[in-house]
Amino acid sequence: MIPLSWYLILAAALFCIGLFGVLVRRNAVAILLGVELMLNAVNINLVSFWRYGNVAIMTGQVFAIIVFAVAAAEVAVGLALVISVYRRRNTVVAEELDLLKW
Amino acid sequence: MATETLIWLIPLPPVLAFFLIVLFTNKNKALSHSVAVGAAFLSWLGSMIVFVRALGVEHLGEHPFASSINWLPTGETWLKIGVLIDPVGAAVLFFVAWTIFMIFLYSVGYQNYGQPEGDHDRAGLPPHGATVHGHAVPSVEPMYSRFFAFLGLFAFGMYTLVVSDNLLTLFVGWEIMGLCSYLLIGFWYGKPSARDAAVKAFMTTRIGDVFMLLGIAFLYSATGTLSFREIFTEKILHTLAIVPSGVLGLSAAGLIALLLFIGTIGKSAQWPLHVWLPDAMEGPTPVSAMIHAATMVSAGVYAGIRMFPLLSLDPKTMTIVAFIGTFTAIFAATIAVAQNDIKRVLAYSTISQLGFMIAALGVGAYIAAVFHLITHAFFKALLFLGSGSVIHGMEHGVLHTGNHKIDPQDMFNMGGLRKKMPITFWTFLIGGFALSGFPIITAGFWSKDEILADAFGHGHLAVFITLAVAAFLTAFYTMRQITLTFLGEPRTEEAKHAHETHWTMTAPLVVLAVFAIGYGWVGIPEHFPLLGGLVPNWFHEFVGGTLAEHPEVLEFNLIPLATSLFVALGGLFFGWLAYRNVGSPVEDKLQIGVLKNKWYFDEIYDFLFIKPATWFAEVFVSRWMDKGFIDGILHIFGPTTGGIGDIIRNYFDVPVINQFFGDGSAHATYWIGRNLRPIQTGRIQQYLILSLVVLFVVGGLIYFLLLA
Repeated sequence: MIPLSWYLILAAALFCIGLFGVLVRRNAVAILLGVELMLNAVNINLVSFWRYGNVAIMTGQVFAIIVFAVAAAEVAVGLALVISVYRRRNTVVAEELDLLKW
Repeated sequence: MATETLIWLIPLPPVLAFFLIVLFTNKNKALSHSVAVGAAFLSWLGSMIVFVRALGVEHLGEHPFASSINWLPTGETWLKIGVLIDPVGAAVLFFVAWTIFMIFLYSVGYQNYGQPEGDHDRAGLPPHGATVHGHAVPSVEPMYSRFFAFLGLFAFGMYTLVVSDNLLTLFVGWEIMGLCSYLLIGFWYGKPSARDAAVKAFMTTRIGDVFMLLGIAFLYSATGTLSFREIFTEKILHTLAIVPSGVLGLSAAGLIALLLFIGTIGKSAQWPLHVWLPDAMEGPTPVSAMIHAATMVSAGVYAGIRMFPLLSLDPKTMTIVAFIGTFTAIFAATIAVAQNDIKRVLAYSTISQLGFMIAALGVGAYIAAVFHLITHAFFKALLFLGSGSVIHGMEHGVLHTGNHKIDPQDMFNMGGLRKKMPITFWTFLIGGFALSGFPIITAGFWSKDEILADAFGHGHLAVFITLAVAAFLTAFYTMRQITLTFLGEPRTEEAKHAHETHWTMTAPLVVLAVFAIGYGWVGIPEHFPLLGGLVPNWFHEFVGGTLAEHPEVLEFNLIPLATSLFVALGGLFFGWLAYRNVGSPVEDKLQIGVLKNKWYFDEIYDFLFIKPATWFAEVFVSRWMDKGFIDGILHIFGPTTGGIGDIIRNYFDVPVINQFFGDGSAHATYWIGRNLRPIQTGRIQQYLILSLVVLFVVGGLIYFLLLA
C-alpha cells in the first residue's frame, strides 16, 4: 500500500501550485482557479487521512463533500463578481482593482 | 330669633362688608360706603336688640346668654369657641356698637365723599384738594373704598372680642385689631412718618401680645380650658391661687394674670408700652377715634376687666396693676399739657384715662373701671371726631388761602373757631367737660368720681392723690385745648376761613355728645347728696351682677367728692386763665423740653432697644459675625480649595489625564494609523502575501517557542 506521506506530498505540491497561482497571476479568473487547486489539495488530505485512519468514522469524506459544495458556490459567486467587475471597470486584472486602498 | 343666635351673628356683617368691598365694590365709592355703613348698622341693630333683651333678664350674671360649639380637637377634649353676653359684655357691646356705627358714618364725611377727584392726589397720601371753577375745594380720598374695608375688618375684630366667651377668640379678635391698626395707621403709606408709626404701633403692641399669648398658654396648660365661665369657678380659681408658679414668688394665678395684663399694657398703651399711641395719630382721624376710643385700647381694658377675678387673686399683681395705671395716668397727663397738636393732646389724654381705668382695676374698683371705660369711650370718640371736624374745617381754610405750610392740626394756628364751627364747638365742649369731669351734668364726672371714691374708700391713698393730680391736669389741658382752639380770636387767616363740616360728620358728634352727658346718670351713687336715690344706680346693680361675689356699696365720703369737684373746676378754671391770652408757643410757659419731648421716652427706647438692636444687626451680626467670622471662614475655604484644585489641575489633570492619556493615546493612535496606512494598498494579492508572511512568522514563533 502506498504510504500516506505520498498523498500528503502530492496535496502539499498541489496546494503550493495553487497558492503560487493565487499570488502571482494577474487575471482574477486565474486567481479563482488557484483557489480551486488549493481547495482540492485540502480535499486530498481529508480523504487520505480518512482512508488511513478509522474508516468507520466518515468525517473525512463528509468534509470533502462539504468542501466540494462550498467550492462550487464560491466559484459561482466569484465568477459572477468577476463578470460584474469586468462590466463596470472593463478589466479583470486584480492589481487594477484597488479601490479599497487608503 | 334666639338671642344666642343673634349674638353669633353680630360680628359677621362687618367682615362680610370687608370681603364684599375688597372683592367686588372696590371701584364704586358709593356702594362701598353703603355696604360698610349698612353692615355697621346691622351690627348696631343686633347689639341693641341683645342689649335690650339682656336688660330684661333677672340676674343676668348668673344666667348669661351663652352658647358654645366644639372647634378644635385637642387630644381628648375640644377647644371651644362660643359667645357670652353677661352684664359687662352687654354694657361694653352697647358702647362699642354706638361708637363704631357713629365712626363709620363720620368717615363718609371725613374722607370727603361727594367731592371731586383731586388734581394730583395719589393713593397712599392724604388728599390735597381739587380745583373747581378756579376755587380750591377738598378732594375725595383716593383709597376711599379700601378705608371702609379696613374699618369693617376692624369692627369685626372688636365685636368678636366683645362677644367671645373664651380667651382664644378674644385673642383672635385682639390680633385682627392689631393688624387693622397697622393697616389703618399706615393708611397714608406715602408718608414716611405714617409708615414708621404703623410699624411702631404693631411692634409695640406685639410685645404685649406675646406675653398675653404666653399667659393664655399657661392658663390652658394649668386649667385645660380657656372659657371664662369655666375658669372663673370657685374651684379652679382656688387651685390657681394656691399653686406656686416658681417665678418671682407669684402664685400661678398671679403669673397668668400678670402675663395677660402685659397684653393689656400693650393694647391699652400703658406705661412702659405707651409710645405707639401718640404716633398712631398719623392715621386718618376716624381711625384715631376707632383705635383710641371705641375699640382697640378699650379692648385692652376690657380684657383686664374680664380677667379681674384672676387678677384679684394675688395682691402682688393687684399692686403692680394699680401702680402701672396710676403712674400712666399722671405721666401721660403731664405730657399732654405741653403738646400743640390737637390730636396728640387727645392721644396722651387717652393714655392717661386708660391709666385711670387700670388703676381702678388695681384697687379692686371693678365696676368703676367698666363705668369709666364706657363713658370714656363715648366722650373720647366724641373728642376725636370733634378734633377731626376741626382739622377738616381748618383744611378748608388752608385750601382757601392756599398756604399749605400752615399745619391744620396745630392748636396755635386756630382760635376763635366757636363762631365758625358752632356744632363742633358745643359738642367738643361737652366732650371736653366730660373728660375733665365737670360736676353733675357730664358722664365723665360720675365715672371718675367713682374711681377716686373707690381708691379712697379702699385705702389706697397714694393712688387717690396721684389720680386726683392727674385729674386736675386733665381738666387743665382740656381747657387749654378748648381755649386755644375755640375761644378768643382767630390767630391765622386759615382759622378765619374755617367753616362747619358736613352733616355726616356733625350728626355723630351730636349723638355722642348726648351719651357723653347722659350716660353718667345711669351710675349715680345711691348715697350721693341730693341726687343719690333719685335715679337708681342702675349701672352698679347691672354690672355688679357679673361676678358671683357682689361688690359692696361704698359708704359716701365727702373727701373724694370735694377733691373731684375741686380738681375738675380748678383745672378748667386755671386752664382758661392761663391760656385765654396765649397766642403762640413762645408765650406758653409749659412748653418745657422734658414734657414736650414726652419725658424722652422715645429717645430712651431708641437708646436702650433700637440702637442696641441696630448695633447688634449691623455691627455684630453683619460686620463681625457675617462679614468677619462666616465670610472669614469662607475666605479660608475658598482659596484653599481653589489652591488644591489648581494643584490637581496643574500636576495631575493636565499632564496625566489630558496630555498622557488624552493627547498621548490620540497621538499614538494617529501615529500607528499613519504608519500602517501604506500597507492598505487595496490589492488583494499583496494582502495575501502579507497574511502568508504573518502566518509563517506567527506559526514559526509558536512552533519554535512554544512547542519545541
